Formats: sequence, structure tokens, C-alpha cells
Amino acid sequence: MTETTKDPTSQSQGAVDILDLNKIFLPGNASQVIALTDINLSIAPRSFTTLIGPSGCGKSTLLRLIAGLIEPTEGSVTVNGKTANRARQDRDYGMAFQTASLFDWRTVRKNIELPLELLGWSRADRRKRTEEMLELVQLSEFVNSYPRELSGGMQQRVAIARALAFRPSLLLMDEPFGALDEMTREHMQTELLRMWQETGTTVIFITHSISEAVFLSTQVCVMSPRPGQITAKVDVDLGERTEETRDRDDFFDYIVQVREALRS
Amino acid sequence: MNRFLRSCLTSPWFLPLVFGLAGLLVWEIGLLVINPDGFVLPRPTEILSELQANWDEISQASRNTGFIIVSSLFGGVILGVVAALIVTRFRSANEMITPLAVAVNAIPIVALAPIFNNWLGLTSPRSNQAVVVLLVFFPVFINTSRGLTNVDPNQIELMRSLASKPWTIIRRVRIPSALPFFFTALKLVSSLCVVGAIVVEYFGGRQDSLGSKITTYAGFTQYDAAWAAVLAGSLMGIALYALASLAERLAMPWATRQS
Ligand SMILES: Nc1ncnc2c1ncn2[C@@H]1O[C@H](COP(=O)(O)OP(=O)(O)O)[C@@H](O)[C@H]1O
Ligand SMILES: [Mg+2]
Repeated sequence: MTETTKDPTSQSQGAVDILDLNKIFLPGNASQVIALTDINLSIAPRSFTTLIGPSGCGKSTLLRLIAGLIEPTEGSVTVNGKTANRARQDRDYGMAFQTASLFDWRTVRKNIELPLELLGWSRADRRKRTEEMLELVQLSEFVNSYPRELSGGMQQRVAIARALAFRPSLLLMDEPFGALDEMTREHMQTELLRMWQETGTTVIFITHSISEAVFLSTQVCVMSPRPGQITAKVDVDLGERTEETRDRDDFFDYIVQVREALRS
Repeated sequence: MNRFLRSCLTSPWFLPLVFGLAGLLVWEIGLLVINPDGFVLPRPTEILSELQANWDEISQASRNTGFIIVSSLFGGVILGVVAALIVTRFRSANEMITPLAVAVNAIPIVALAPIFNNWLGLTSPRSNQAVVVLLVFFPVFINTSRGLTNVDPNQIELMRSLASKPWTIIRRVRIPSALPFFFTALKLVSSLCVVGAIVVEYFGGRQDSLGSKITTYAGFTQYDAAWAAVLAGSLMGIALYALASLAERLAMPWATRQS
């Protein structure tokens, strides 16, 4: 089997556990940056966590620490019961960014297949999975297009399909909808929630938008800058999201709650 | 037939071709009117007939010069690309060498030809090759290494998030991202190396080369014949440029495909 699906529920601990984490860039240097202090965060399997806060408060840094792309200065990051770096070597998570960052020289199909190629999947398995992913993001007819032939929203959907193609147990998204217009953005939010429910992935999502955070997540982590800290965690219980959710009173209540946490 | 006609009319070659032919016509007729003796500047038809008259000499010279051009082009391009790859792989090397290369590239390398003749022999084609290789090397090296480092950082993070090794990232991300930069340099040096090879032959190298033919013809006031030799050089330059453009289209279908 080339299947790399991991069952997060088999882990006794959370999908991600962060303990007493500090991150200082260029420590000891005159231009050192204290990016994060005293971060403690536990993320349950199959949950949807958003990080929200002003620019420069360390959201991307926190995500990259979880991804094992950089090392903490102090404290620990555990992903699926392993060190973040080990989880990266094991390809436990998929990643998507504000820019779709597709490979211009690869067709939509080849872009989605890239992680599968790196994981050594056979051609037939890759094809089959790519067709499934394209259906999920509703782009099947663009399978042989090049990225520059797609709109921004479509490119972003391909990037998400690429991140999800090998069914990682964890999906890390850094402002993935930041560059999209409001209409496309709301549409993408609904699609992301659908994919999240269908695949049972744990999602960690960065955003600047309070309504986006509340609409998507089961947990909102509010961060503040200088030094980067998590100042509040808001558990969101809105049940199944539909377009009507956006008009509900408890939706607005959560928005007010997050906004106040951001102000304080 | 209609479709063939339309594809000719919309081809990117069409306008330059029409413009070029019109230019030749103006050149021909204009000179016939103002300067029928043609001492300063020969007419295109005169150049062509000189080319025919000196065909054996000019074609032999073109072969010799062409060999230097093609071999040095290959050598310089390969060296430039390999050096760019090595320098990209080791970042500290990159930070030391690339600014140095930019500085060295500012030296008028063709002007070094007499010095190379001194090192490698006045009549030896080796010194010509060495100068042209250098001439080709620097633009290719500088552009390619710029392309190899000018990559979307998110694409690198994505590859790292999938536990890719540095060489995998170079092969799958850096090299494809560098192709537009590389081909810009390749098209540049494909004309540059023809100019360079001929100018270097003004100073030395084989006697039956285009450069030395041009100086000899001009020295004996056979200006029409000199122009015919220049024409041969131009044709080589155009052919190389066309080949480089074709290679670019084939290597980067995503950049040129019409949707
Ligand atoms: N590689 C780095 N070297 C030095 N400082 C960095 C680096 N990455 C981020 N920082 C600094 O850390 C702080 C947090 O950055 P970031 O995590 O990108 O913020 P956010 O994503 O919330 O906007 C900023 O002050 C930024 O300048
Ligand atoms: Mg950021």
C-alpha cells in the first residue's frame, strides 16, 4: 500500500501539543527579535483552529514551528506524538500559503501530483487520487491547464488540493484566502469546511478576518504582538455551518467576543 | 489555403519579415538614386553577387569561424550552468562569487584577445575559443544563478515541508524557475558570441576565418566582399538566435502556450 493516511484518533495525545514555547530570531544579536513567548497550545484531532492577530504578532512563525521548518528557542512542539521535525520527515501534514505558490511549469494535474511523486506513489495511484482531489475542489475540467491559465481563486483551490492530496492528518494554512475577493473568499470557506468534514483532517488556519475565524473554527486563538503571545482562546460551537450561520445571533456574539479579545 | 494565409499573416515573423524586406528595398533603390557608384555602401544585390563570387573562401571561413562559435558557445554555456548550480548549492560560495562575477563581466573581455593570443598562440584557434568561452560564460552564469536563487520562498518551504533534500529542491523547483533567466542569457550570448568570435579574429587566429577575411578584404578596399563576409556572420548569428528561441519554446511550453 502506498496509502499514508494516518488515523489521528489512534494518538492518545492531541494532534499538536505546544509546551512553554519561546522563539527568538538571532538570539544574542543586536537585532534579535523576540517573536513568540510562553506559547502553550493543545490542538485536538479533527479540530479546526484559527490563529488571529495583527501583522507581526508571530502567527506565521508559530505555524512554521509546528511545521518543523524552524526550531523553537525554548520549549517543545509535538505533532502526532513526535517532534515537529520528525513529523515533517514523516510527511504528517500538508501546507498552503497566501500565494497559491503553484509551480508554473506544471499542469494542474502535475501540481497536485507533486507531493505524491515525492512520496513515491505509482503513476496509477497518483492519477486516481488527483482525479478525486480535482472533483473535491471542482476543477476537473482544468486538469491539463497551466496555473497561469486559472483565476486566483482557482489557483488557491489547486493549492489546497495539493496540500490535501496525500491525506495528511494535519493541514497548515497561512492566510490562504487573504488575496481573494470577498465573494470568492466566502465560497472557499464553505468549500474548505466541506473538505474538512469529508476528510477528517485537523486544520490550523491563519487569518486576519474575525468573521472568517469564527465561521471556520472550533477554536480561535487570539494573539498579540511584542512579544507574540496567545492572549485568549475562544471555543466556537456553531454546529454545522451553512450560509445562514453568517446571519445568526450567536455567530455575531462570537465575533464580538473575538473582537474584544483582540482589543484587550 | 485561406487558413495558411491567415496563419502567415498572424505569425510573429510576419511583420519583421515585411519590414526587413522593405528596408532592403529602400536600401537598394535609395542607393541606386543617390550613389550609383556604391563606393561608401554597396547595394544588397552587389553584396549578394560578391558573396557568390567569393563563395569558396567565405564558406570555408564561415565553417572555421562557425566551429569556434559553436564549440565556445557550448563550452561557455555548460561551464556557466554548472558553475551556477554549484554556487547555488553552497550559499556562502554564492555570496562570494556572484558579485565578483558581475564585476569581472564588466571587463571588456574582447579587449583581452591580444593578451590571450600571447598566452595561447597568435594563430591558434585556442585563444579565440578561450575569449569567446569567457564572453559566453559570464552572462549565462550570472543570469542562471540569479534565476536559481530567485524562487518563491513558499515553494521552497512547501518542498521542505515534504522533507525534500536540497538537490531535489534544485532539480524540481530551482532549475525550472531558472529556465526563463537562462534562456534570456542564451538568446543574448547566441548573438554576442558571433560578434565576439569575429572581432577576436581581427587580432589573431586562423588566416581563413571570417574576421581575418573581413580585415583582409577591407585592407584591399574590396568593401563589397567585406560586406559579404559580414553577411555570412549575420546569418550565423540569426540562425543561432532562432535556434535558442526554438529551444526556449520547446523547454518552456507553459510560458508560450496559447489558451
Ligand atoms: N527569519 C526571521 N528572522 C528574523 N526575524 C523574523 C524572521 N521571521 C519572522 N521574523 C519576525 O518575527 C515577527 C513575527 O513574524 P511573523 O510570524 O511573520 O508574523 P505574522 O505572520 O503574525 O504577521 C516579526 O517581527 C518578524 O519580523
Ligand atoms: Mg504571516
